[in-house]
Amino acid sequence: MSFRGKDVLCIMDFTRNDLERLFRIASSKFEGDELRGRVIAMAFFEPSTRTRLSFETATLRLGGGYIGFDAVQATSVAKGESFSDTIRMLDAYADAIVVRHSLEGAAKLAAELADSPVINAGDGSKRHPTQAMIDLYTIWKEKRGIDNLTYGVLGDLRYGRAAGSFLRALNIYSPKKVYLIAPESLRPREELLDSLKMSWEFADLSEVLPELDVLYVTRIQKERFPDPAEYERVKGSYRIDASLLRDAKSSMIILHPLPRVDEIALDVDSTPHALYFKQAANGIPLRMALLREVVP
Amino acid sequence: MNAEDKLVVRRISNGTVIDHIPAGRALRVLGILGITGDEGYTVALVMNVHSGKLGKKDIVKVEGRELSKEEVDKIALVAPTATINIVRDYEVVEKRRVELPGMIEGIVRCVNPKCVTNAPREAAKPRFRVISREPLKLVCEYCSEYLSEDEIIAQLAGS
Repeated sequence: MSFRGKDVLCIMDFTRNDLERLFRIASSKFEGDELRGRVIAMAFFEPSTRTRLSFETATLRLGGGYIGFDAVQATSVAKGESFSDTIRMLDAYADAIVVRHSLEGAAKLAAELADSPVINAGDGSKRHPTQAMIDLYTIWKEKRGIDNLTYGVLGDLRYGRAAGSFLRALNIYSPKKVYLIAPESLRPREELLDSLKMSWEFADLSEVLPELDVLYVTRIQKERFPDPAEYERVKGSYRIDASLLRDAKSSMIILHPLPRVDEIALDVDSTPHALYFKQAANGIPLRMALLREVVP
Repeated sequence: MNAEDKLVVRRISNGTVIDHIPAGRALRVLGILGITGDEGYTVALVMNVHSGKLGKKDIVKVEGRELSKEEVDKIALVAPTATINIVRDYEVVEKRRVELPGMIEGIVRCVNPKCVTNAPREAAKPRFRVISREPLKLVCEYCSEYLSEDEIIAQLAGS
């Protein structure tokens, strides 16, 4: 089906065929000026480095231009203008709106208010569909497929929007098994667990590591723990270093949506497992493919 | 209605009788209808009377007001067993069962403080999809948070 003019709100709105088409376009190393004369609004109500810069780069590489902000201090939002009014204004200026916001459902609201397509660049702690597309695309490229693999998803599975989106994204495929590796207080919410159709279970990293084909790592933030002592106690169980990886399959890949702090030691970067920088680089062709397909 | 009820509440000439409300929930039904007592309607409310079907039940009679389909559907949130009788000139002219709509809009709010529907001055009206009827469970259309029957009742009782 065509994405032209379609909002991109949740990864679950996409089918295998939709994603396959995007992946093929992204991997074709296409160049073009499909966005010539088009203006994309980058409405980042919450700070972002990778997502914003890669959307901007993708727009420029397709010959388009962009307007926007990444700090609300410099906009009328600081004067008290509502999100809704800001979106209505951007809708009048731009051909598509890329939006990031701290509130859950902000992108959906934007899509209801705007005639132009809205692309969710992360809202609240649950959805980040284009990150999930990049994650899947990276696996698709490296493993020549997404089905029948064993996945470990590690870190903050409760408040981290990338991990949640990745789990929802796996729902579209048929993984062999998905292990959820997280401290009890950071396990996924009930509604996310209810939505998982694949075989999954909670696990310790050391026990399941030898089985994994893909290890998806996210950051555990100290602020999420009511008791700092609890954080100190568990953090070691969620840290990856080169010595730990001796137990892993040689073909196992490690993904991370970045930014990384200290959950992956620097000595992992030079191992063949480390795919996270490639994954970040994949953000450009994937977002180019998406913009090319979506922007009217 | 049995003889005992008739002793407690007289028949109404025009209006609505909401029967078979689960025992103890009549006040919540009035809450949903926005009836506070200040509107001037003659309202009769019977709680915890015998019911062949439910064991015990509540009944609400509102003189001079016929409920719309939308109002009736809202009642389904707290009283899924309720039956609605529209009365004109002492005769029941219409009997309806409440029917929970697939989508609930603007009656209850999302429990997630970070949901965009809870942000002040934004254009989002809380909207939920019904994912389970028994027990009642809703999911927020904006943020996917669940809303349980207990939370719904607590909200409606407080309103």
